[in-house]
Order: sequence, then C-alpha cells, then structure tokens
Amino acid sequence: MLRSLRLRVAIVGVFLLVCLFYLLPNILEVKGALKRYLPSDKIRLGLDLKGGMHLVLDLDEHKMRENLLDRKFEALKTILITRGVRFLGLERRGEEFYVLVREEQREKLLDVMRREFPDLTSRGVRREGELVGASFTFLEKEMAHIKENALYQALETIRNRIDQFGVTEPVITKYGEGQILVELPGIKDPERALELIGRTAQLEFKLVDEENLKKGVPDTPPEGTEILPMRVKDREKGTVETFPILLKKETVLTGELLTDARVRFGGEFGNEPYVALEFNSEGARIFDRVTAENVGRRLAIVLDGVVYSAPVIRERISGGRASITGGFSLDEAKDLAIVLRAGALPAPVKVIQNITIGPSLGQDSIRKGIRATLLAGILVLVFMVVYYRVSGLIADLVLFLNILYLLGAFSAIKATLTLPGIAGIALTIGMGVDSNVLIFERIREELRLGRTIKAAIDTGYEKAWVTIFDSHVTTLITACVLFVFGTGPIKGFATTLILGMIINLFTAVFASKMIFDWMVLRFRPKRLSI
Amino acid sequence: MMEIVKSTNIDFIGLRYKAFVLSGFLVLLGIYAFVMVALGRGNLSVDFTGGTHIQIRFKEKIDVGSLRKALTDAGFRDIRVQEVAGTNDFFLKTKLLSIEGKRIEEARSEVLKRSTQKEFEVLGSNMVGESVGRELKKYAIVAVCLALIGIIIYIAFRFTCFSGIAATIATFHDVLCVFGIYFLFGKEINLLLITALLTIAGYSLEDTVVVFDRIRENHSKMGQKEDFGRIINLSINQVLGRTLITSLTTIIAVCAIMILGGEALMDFALPFFFGLIVGTYSSIFVASPILYMWRKRGL
Repeated sequence: MLRSLRLRVAIVGVFLLVCLFYLLPNILEVKGALKRYLPSDKIRLGLDLKGGMHLVLDLDEHKMRENLLDRKFEALKTILITRGVRFLGLERRGEEFYVLVREEQREKLLDVMRREFPDLTSRGVRREGELVGASFTFLEKEMAHIKENALYQALETIRNRIDQFGVTEPVITKYGEGQILVELPGIKDPERALELIGRTAQLEFKLVDEENLKKGVPDTPPEGTEILPMRVKDREKGTVETFPILLKKETVLTGELLTDARVRFGGEFGNEPYVALEFNSEGARIFDRVTAENVGRRLAIVLDGVVYSAPVIRERISGGRASITGGFSLDEAKDLAIVLRAGALPAPVKVIQNITIGPSLGQDSIRKGIRATLLAGILVLVFMVVYYRVSGLIADLVLFLNILYLLGAFSAIKATLTLPGIAGIALTIGMGVDSNVLIFERIREELRLGRTIKAAIDTGYEKAWVTIFDSHVTTLITACVLFVFGTGPIKGFATTLILGMIINLFTAVFASKMIFDWMVLRFRPKRLSI
Repeated sequence: MMEIVKSTNIDFIGLRYKAFVLSGFLVLLGIYAFVMVALGRGNLSVDFTGGTHIQIRFKEKIDVGSLRKALTDAGFRDIRVQEVAGTNDFFLKTKLLSIEGKRIEEARSEVLKRSTQKEFEVLGSNMVGESVGRELKKYAIVAVCLALIGIIIYIAFRFTCFSGIAATIATFHDVLCVFGIYFLFGKEINLLLITALLTIAGYSLEDTVVVFDRIRENHSKMGQKEDFGRIINLSINQVLGRTLITSLTTIIAVCAIMILGGEALMDFALPFFFGLIVGTYSSIFVASPILYMWRKRGL
C-alpha cells in the first residue's frame, strides 16, 4: 500500500516538474548560458488575443492563365518566324493557338512544334480548302504544374514583402486548394499591410502613342494600343486624380529585370520621396536601346495597369537607372520600393477572408477572458469546499494540478491559445469538477450502505471510473472531429479540449485517489469529511 | 454531510408523456429553424454567408441612427448597424465584399470619416468571401454528423445499440432545442454557436452516459425479472444528486463567463447555458423513457 502510494506520488511529481519546466519562461526571463538547456517560448497567444490580421488569399487563376497564354503566344510567334515556318495566319482562339499554313509547310510546322514546345499538344489538324489549320493547346498536366509553381512563387514573393515590411513571427503558408494563408500578429496598420500584400506589382514600361494622341484620347484604342488611367497628383490640393492616356500595347521592359529599388528624395518639386530603380545588365541594355530610339517621346511607367508617370526621354539613358515619381508620401514610396524589390506576384490575388483584430480588442478579450475564468474558477472552488468540506479541498487541489498540467502541455507542444481555447479550459474545469462530484456522490452512497471509509473510497472510485471514462471518451470524440474539421479558432478550442480530457482522466481519478489514500493512511480518520 | 437532494423517489418514467409534449414542441421549433437556415433565412453570420463584419469604437458618443443614415446615404444599402449597449462600440455587418471596385475596408473608412466627422478606431473586422462561407457551412454540417456517428458507435459498443440510438436522439433533441431558441430570438448564428452546439452535444451525452451507466449497473444487480421502469426510476433517483450538483457548478461557471467574459465569450456562454439546462432535462426525460418504451415493446 505504502509502496504503491510512493510510486504514484513520484509519477504525479515528475509530471508536475515537467510542466513547471515548460512553464518557466512565462514566469521568469531565462538568461545567459541556461538558455541553451531551458525552453524559451512563452505560451503562444492566438491572433484573437494579441491582435493581428488573418488573411486567406486566392490566386486569380483565370488571370494567371491569361498571362501565361499571352506570353506563350508571343513566344510562338517569335519561334515560328525565326525557324522559318511561313504561316499565313496565327491567332489565339480562347485557350487554343491556331496556325494556318500551306500544305507543304505542314510537316515543318508540326516538327518545330514538337521540338520547341513540348508543353503544347496538338488539338487536331484540319484541311481548310487549299490550306491546313492546326490547333495547339497546353497539356492539362502542364497547366497544373504551372499553377503549382505560381503558388510557390506567390508565397515566396509575399514572404519577401512581409520580411522587408517587418512583422514579427508572421505565418505564410499554403492553405487548402491553391490558397495562401497569411497571419500577421500585432500589426499596427492593417490597411497598409493589406495594400502591400495584395498588390500584384506588375511593373511595365510602355511608350506613349504620341501620334494618335495628338487628336486627343480616342473612345476606342486603335490597333496595337491601349487606354490606361494615369494618376496625377495635384500638389496644391494634395489630391490624386486620374486621366486616361493612350499607350502602345507592347511592353518594352518589365520589373523582372530589376535588381534594386530604393526610396530617394529630391526631384523637381523639392524634397519629395521617389523610388529609384536599378536594372541588371540585360535590362540596362534594353533601356539603353529604347531610350536611344525614342528621344523626345514619353515613356510611361505602368504599375498594375495604372500609369504612375510618363516622363519625356530627353536623351539616351545608359547605366540602367530609372525612377518612379508620382507625388508619393514617404510610406507609399517605401511600400512601393518593397514590392518592386520583392518581385511581382504571378497573378493578381484576391482576399477571400480577412479577419482583423485590433490590438485593443485583443487586450480587451484577454482581460475579460481571464477575469471571467478566474471568477468562474473561484466560485466553483468555493462551492466544492462548502459542499464537500475536506474532500472538496482535495478536489480543488486536483483542479489546480489539472490547470498546471494543461498549461504545461500547451507550452510543451507549442499550441496556440485562442479565445475559444479559454472557453475550452473552462469546460475542462467543468468536467474535472463533474468527475469529482461523480466520485464523491458514489463514495457517499457506499458510506450510507455502511462500508468502512477505505472500502467506500475504493468502491466509489472503481464504480465512478467507468462512467467518467465513458463520458470523457465521448467528449474526446467530439473534440477530435472538431480538431480535424475546424479551422482557426475552433481548432484552438478542440486542442484545449483534447488535452483537457486526457489530463482530466489522469488528475481526477489517479491523482485525487492518491491524495485520499495518503490521507486515510496518514490520519486514519474515524469519519470521512465528504 | 451537506446534501441538496435527500434520497428521492420520483416517478420519472410516469412523467414521460408530459415531457414528450414539451420536447416535441421544442424539437419542431428546432427543425423549423434548421430548415429556414438551410434555405438561407435567419440571422447567419458572415462566416457562412460571406460578407464583412466590422467592429468599431468611436472616441465620443454617436447616435446609432445618424451612423446608420450616414452609411445608407453613402451607398451601403444592405448594412446592419448594431450598438453594443453601454459603450461607443458598433458592429457593422454587410453581405457586400466590395463597393464600386473599392475594398469594403477602404470604402467604410472613407465614408465614416467624411460623414460622421468623429474619430474612431477599428477594433476588428472579419471579411469572408462567399466561397469560403459555403465551404464552412459544408464543413460545419460534416463535423456535426461525423461527431454524432462516432458517438453512436461508441455508445453502441459500450452499452447496446438501442442505448446508442436513444442517446443520440436525446443529443439531437438538445442541439435542435438550443438552435430553435437561438433562431426564435433572432440571435446571430455564427461559428462560436456551432462550437457551443458541439460542446452541448458532448455535455448532454455525458449526462446520458451517467444515467445509462447506472441503469446498466442496476439492471445486472437486480436481475432480468425486475420491472425495467422501476430500474430506470431508481437509477435516475440515485444519480439525481450528482446531476444537479454538476449542473449547478457548471451553471455557476457559465454565469461568471456571461457576466465578465464580454461580447465574444457571450456568444459561446449563452447557448451553452441553454444547452446545460436542456441537456440535463433530456437525459432524464428523453433518453431514459425512450429506452424504457423500446424495451417494453419487446424490440
């Protein structure tokens, strides 16, 4: 009896020490050499408690396909010309490329396509009178592969942007089918962050169509041109307005060839921030050629389909430097530099979920949650002592142990405590109390039947155990389902509940029985205070 | 020894028809609510419908009517403005995700700044795309069904198949009752309510398991010849003390959370409070009588 009791005390004690070990960083700051041997993480708080932003982004798949098809089409045109395939017609029909050639060119066309475009598949060759029309399209497998790549590229880009923006412990991961989850704890300016992440940052340089523009901006753009909005800042009023401008459709240079983008101050309006760009050698070469050929014309700087500025090319620019001015505020210029440095997203992203918790609401929640849990706990503890006397005190002690174990387990597995998680702790306490009530009521019954104290305790625990086990397992089933199917806050609730149920089974039965046994052995009471 | 209930001898089985009338009414209400929600009626949160939910706090007092007017004038037609009593906080809820191409967050900030001329702080916002909402609704239903199936299997394994089904009926009864009550009062049906409903299911099951456990024990002790109704009555009376004390302590805890926990925890605590009462009632007046009637017909 004594031996088994010692063993049990040792088990409970070891668990307690392990929990205290993991809880250490919450109590005092670990410093110096000890840091290597001790855990250093405090209990992680969810976004709903510390404030922050939870975003789910969806890559615009349609737009991505369009971009891809556009680029492939350009490549197809170039290759067919350089390889000497004399085509009579070449067009994009939805997702298919259609090439029209004479009969004698047929074999050559198919041969070039096989060699140069293994990612395209033939959708049939049809006779059109004297001519032959062939359709090609992307392999579905290829498309899926490209989509996957685009997703990783987007993840990488967003990660870069956030790193440069400076957020502590951000979470950026793949989420569900082709979506991206971004969590930014403690963010101060959520709207600015959203702007930074959501921006595609497709930087393009296009020439202004000066010839056609002489007659003013037409209603419909002529072949090979497009009308884009241009933002102009009214420096006196401080407002930004947009006007339409006619550009050549061809992109002469893109942001892909950038090596750096930095905020600088200066320019014609005094000390205004602007973004200085630096191109790699290939970009510098193109820039050099384009500026040399187009002196006196305007070169528009287009970001995500909006013209930011269209300065006149005064002379040939070599060295690969350019700048974007546009009457930015300092923050705007900083963010623009970040997105240009981090690179463009492969396609626009759409925010499909955005949960933002301001820092004050988070603190509010913590304060209220803790206060409520404390009050609930104290009331229950008091009730137990009033109703069950010394036995109630044992139950209270066990509840304390329960909470310590729960928080320790939380720290050990690095789970995140959320607001529903606090509710889960409250529920665990409730079930812990219930287990004790079940046991005590059973012991009372046994005492009424005239059993000795020791026998009553043993039978009480034994019979109550079956019920406690069944009820905990059913709750555990629910909690596990919630864990698998729930997201975010619900998962937090499920985690606490799962841990709570397992710990409850241990503390409410094993640990409390241990205390009872010790009490009986030590004091040999004539009456049980229950 | 302090006792809330002394040894009782109440004929619970005899009260079954009265209980069935009450339960039938509540369950019908719950089914009606479920059908209405499935059809998209009712006060569903943006979690399920898609839309934007924003909580803002003004620095100074502002009249809810003028705020509503300012928003409506600015083109936010389908918007609900709810005042948090005793504070300068407001909840704004709309099914819109964007307005004239602008993100709702921007549009809202602009409108509020311009029209109210008062300083405010965005405490939190929740924007959910329509597809996410649909997905979530699907997941919530799948989760509830799976949890229930898992529980039936477990109870069928531990007790008998009838017990499993009776316990599940009682559990459905509780979830539907709380859902019906929530719907009736026009409270918002959100993710926290679903969490609470699942917790209620767990709690109600625990209650039922405690009663069934005692029935099983008494049944094997008293033998097959004893009248089954008497066994059930005896069992319920024996565990009545535990049932009431547990419910009492839990209700004490839940009340504390309702009083101090604030808006967010209230969404969890209130349905749980209802669920506790209904759950305790159902294990005595729904699950056990069903088991009894089943047995009597000799099924």
